[in-house]
Amino acid sequence: MKIFIIAIPLLVVGGLLAYALQGAHFAILDPKGIIADKERGLLIFTTLLSLVVVVPVFVMLFVIVWRYRATNTKAIYSPEWDGSRFFETLWWGIPCLIILVLAIVTWTSSHQLDPTRSLTSTHPPLKIQVVALQWKWLFLYPDQQVASVNTVEFPINTPIEFDITADAPMNSFWIPSLGGQIYAMPGMTTKLHLMADTSGTYAGSSANLSGTGFSGMRFSAIATSASDYANWLIRAHSSSQVLTSSSYTALAVPSADVAVRLYRLGEPTLYDTIVMKYMMPSTATSSTDTKAVNSDMDMDTNMNMNMPGM
Amino acid sequence: MSERVNAGLHGESAMQKQAKVLLGFWIYLMTDLVLFASLFATYAVLRSNTFGGPGGGQLFNLPLVLVETILLLTSSFTAGLLTIVLSRGNRRLVMVFLALTFVLGVGFLVIELTEFSHLIQDGNSWQRSGFLSAFFTLVGMHGLHIAVGLLWMLVVGYQVLYRGLTTAVTRRLRLISLFWHFLDIVWIFIFSIVYMIGVL
Amino acid sequence: MFGKLTISAFVHDPITNVAILGTIIIGIVGIILLIRFKKLSWLWKNWLTSLDPKKIGVMYIAIATFMLLRGLADVLLIRTQQALSSGASHGIINADTFQQVFSAHGTMMIFFVAMGFLFGILNLIVPPQIGSRDVAFPFLNSVSFWLFAGGALLVNLSLAVGEFSAAGWLAYPPLSELSYSPGVGVDYWIWSLQIAGVGSLLSGINFLVTIIKLRAPGMTPMKMPIFIWSVLGSMSLVVFAFPILTATLSMLALDRTLGMHFFTAEAGGNAMMYVNLIWAWGHPEVYILILPAFGIFSEIVSVFSGKRLFGYKSMVWALGAITFLSFTVWLHHFFTMGAGADVNSFFGIMTMIIAIPTGVKIFNWLFTMYRGRVRLTTPMLWFLGFVVTFTLGGVAGVLMSVPAIDYQVHNSLFLVAHFHTMIIGGVLFGIFAGFTYWFPKFTGFTLNERIGRWAFWVWLFGFLLAFIPLYILGLMGATRRLDHYDASLGWQGLFIVAGIGATLICIGVALQILQVIVSIVQRKQHLVLDGDPWNGRTLEWSTVSPPPSYTFAVIPIVTDRDDFWVSKHQSIPDQVPRHYRAIAVPKNTSAGIVIAGFATLIGFAVIWQIIWLIPVALLGLIISCIIRLSHDAEEEIISAVDVERQELTARRQRDLV
Repeated sequence: MKIFIIAIPLLVVGGLLAYALQGAHFAILDPKGIIADKERGLLIFTTLLSLVVVVPVFVMLFVIVWRYRATNTKAIYSPEWDGSRFFETLWWGIPCLIILVLAIVTWTSSHQLDPTRSLTSTHPPLKIQVVALQWKWLFLYPDQQVASVNTVEFPINTPIEFDITADAPMNSFWIPSLGGQIYAMPGMTTKLHLMADTSGTYAGSSANLSGTGFSGMRFSAIATSASDYANWLIRAHSSSQVLTSSSYTALAVPSADVAVRLYRLGEPTLYDTIVMKYMMPSTATSSTDTKAVNSDMDMDTNMNMNMPGM
Repeated sequence: MSERVNAGLHGESAMQKQAKVLLGFWIYLMTDLVLFASLFATYAVLRSNTFGGPGGGQLFNLPLVLVETILLLTSSFTAGLLTIVLSRGNRRLVMVFLALTFVLGVGFLVIELTEFSHLIQDGNSWQRSGFLSAFFTLVGMHGLHIAVGLLWMLVVGYQVLYRGLTTAVTRRLRLISLFWHFLDIVWIFIFSIVYMIGVL
Repeated sequence: MFGKLTISAFVHDPITNVAILGTIIIGIVGIILLIRFKKLSWLWKNWLTSLDPKKIGVMYIAIATFMLLRGLADVLLIRTQQALSSGASHGIINADTFQQVFSAHGTMMIFFVAMGFLFGILNLIVPPQIGSRDVAFPFLNSVSFWLFAGGALLVNLSLAVGEFSAAGWLAYPPLSELSYSPGVGVDYWIWSLQIAGVGSLLSGINFLVTIIKLRAPGMTPMKMPIFIWSVLGSMSLVVFAFPILTATLSMLALDRTLGMHFFTAEAGGNAMMYVNLIWAWGHPEVYILILPAFGIFSEIVSVFSGKRLFGYKSMVWALGAITFLSFTVWLHHFFTMGAGADVNSFFGIMTMIIAIPTGVKIFNWLFTMYRGRVRLTTPMLWFLGFVVTFTLGGVAGVLMSVPAIDYQVHNSLFLVAHFHTMIIGGVLFGIFAGFTYWFPKFTGFTLNERIGRWAFWVWLFGFLLAFIPLYILGLMGATRRLDHYDASLGWQGLFIVAGIGATLICIGVALQILQVIVSIVQRKQHLVLDGDPWNGRTLEWSTVSPPPSYTFAVIPIVTDRDDFWVSKHQSIPDQVPRHYRAIAVPKNTSAGIVIAGFATLIGFAVIWQIIWLIPVALLGLIISCIIRLSHDAEEEIISAVDVERQELTARRQRDLV
């Protein structure tokens, strides 16, 4: 009887989950890029390592509770036994060893998978600047002179260097199939390096609350062949819309559930202008010295980023 | 538990109570220190964020701040003397040193408020930049503590006059002195970290 | 005249209106009942103005229970919205309301439910367990409680008057700054937390001094019950962490009300500083909550195994290590801010080091049961549920302490599932275990075991159903706080399962309430006349249950860590003292209510920028403080004859058993 009380609900839990999981896609466990792949490997390794402690704990828990239940008067009862140097050394020691292993893995993986670290490939890297707005993602291709909203396209096996900022509340830029996220913050630049190894359209999301339109602030990351990417560039170049400071101002007005848009990029330094407007009063900046101030600012930003953390 | 003693709250001696209050007050001072530490840390991070406006070097009037510092250090000295005459139970001298400390504290506060009003009149209020926000808040928070201390002195001074040096009043005077020394130490940090480094 | 407060502040959508109406009706019915049965002055004299920690503790638990129900109502809204709002459907509430609901949910559950239950249990248990009659500063204790109540009042007020913050439970700037959140919601958030937070800080000081100064003679540090050690650690964290919260909230308030630029995006503000500061408080806060839960479990395992706690010294060292380490890990909440690999791995490694002392505690609990006589009562069920959920949640925690893994699960529902596993499976299960365990101590009768077991099992399965889907959704790339998502993502099934789980949890809570009601009705069948229903080990069980207002007629002298257990086993006859002495207890006062009332009024005035009210309320606060602090604490004497009479009655009752 008692066994049913536990077994039936367990079956219900399992059944409901199995039903809900039909056709589910585990983006994080099904990587399409080198970074996501390594992050998944790390996830699995750490889980297995934890099981070294978790499994014995669960086994011991149920064995001990069963064996030493109050009704089992045959079991040994030693109410005054309150310590054992041997056992206590054991469970201070073994977790220490496990954490030592994990600490080494953490140190190396944190450096290896540092989002600021460039990736190597036979293909030259592609630079894409990302601006989180309320509530859409703007992608600028400074070298290709195009821009897009809520869609970002790039060739596979090419390292992508994302420079990320926000002209809105802090956000987080995340393409789970390709790799982990990084914050997008006004007035500063964070960097993220990703590379896709399989063609496809991957869901990209804004992972940090940014106001009412936040749920609809999603984008597609499209990894394609070099030729498809070239075609896409041509389409963007032939777009009737040009992105300049003034059309940007109109775009930056808060709006939700925005459709995909392609632009010709009219101002290659637009990204720097967007970052700079939080660093200086608008009158102090003229278009000529933006670049010079910007390099100063980069240093400043890095200092700021490390200081509170240290 | 084989033995039991009769020692209730009723039996709590004045000394036990004194020890309890003193420990509580020390822990409170520590929490206040953490509060100031948070503000100091924020100031350190925002110090160079002048947003095109003036920095500490252009704004601070070091001689005036030096006068402020001397006033506060002297008041800390008189607060120390207060505790010495307190243990001798000399009510008149207690009043004298309490009044001295109070006057010096008021002087400090007046100078600080003058400095603030000059800054605001020159268009350098806390709204101008992150640096000025941090400056006004850190220094202002210390000033607010000074103001609370002065109010406390008024109340306890009244009690010394009308109740005499009772156990409770004596305890309060010791706490005031402790509080005042604490604010003095915080000021030393403000003086060196905000003003000295600010004009460098 | 009324600042930003206009008639539009009272206009809401239908769902909110129903909630407001319900609250008002319940309030009115309550007041009518009190008047009808002439209980208003009883409530005032015996409860609201009382300085007795036993009464203050009960009031904390009452408010926490009320806030738990409000938090659960929010859960049902969140779960319904997320189960329905997929594809063409946009669910039952709009994005802004949804964001207010989850912000309120997090705020209430941490600050007013977990903290409320925690301080309630501390007030009830700490003094008797260290053999003291009271906390160090009884009046300060009352002020702390009323500040907590004032904060709770403001949160609830925001439902009917104006709005609540829609910026999440930690209100990250610049979203929480005036330019992006121009309404009063964030101000409500700031001031309710500020007021309740100062209350918590004062409580922290109070309990630290209580534990350091008021222990019964003979109770050396290594003879303190482990629960007391856990509270010592927790309260040390309070006094170090809460000032940071006070400073941070003040700066955000200055930004919003005086136009400063601490955390704004423009004019040289630095929002990252806020994130650092809020987590420098926020991470220790997690341990402020979990350490006492560890302490409760340690007591319970030892009592229900009829055996000394295994590895007491290890436990003390583990508690100390966790207390210290909890201040060195805050950055793991934002690895994704880009601090660099060195900084990230340092904080990651410090985080995983915490798993070591935590693991040690779990092994020590297992070995406390080993060679014991384990009685599987409801408190023990909660403990077993805790070990299972907490260990699994711990694995998720270790995963996220590796920065490169965290990049992939941060801000996802995996993270949401993780911290709910820790807070529910750790803190809340601990509170439920402690509540069931100590309930007879303060009422004189035990809780109904049968309904208690049902509540536990429903809770546990509800918990699994509610949070396993969230772990899975996280691995599917689902971010937190979504009021709507694309149907093509295939998430809806899991959200529906999570909704079923949340419903089961609510049924579990309903069963717990039923359990208390049924137990009160049937109390005659479950009386604990000898005051010691579980064969307890520590001092609080040595007095009668419920204890008299003075708790101990004579202060015990402690000779052993499990002092009461040892004295029972040495079968020393309970010696009747030759004569009793009069006992002084602090006199009731309404000053705590007045002071906290003015503080709350200041908060309200600043929220709505009712300029004239701010100095008026401030003056009221200052004057009431001066008046109270100028009086030496007043005491009420319970005469020796009274003490003797009460003790003899209790003794006679005990001898009947």
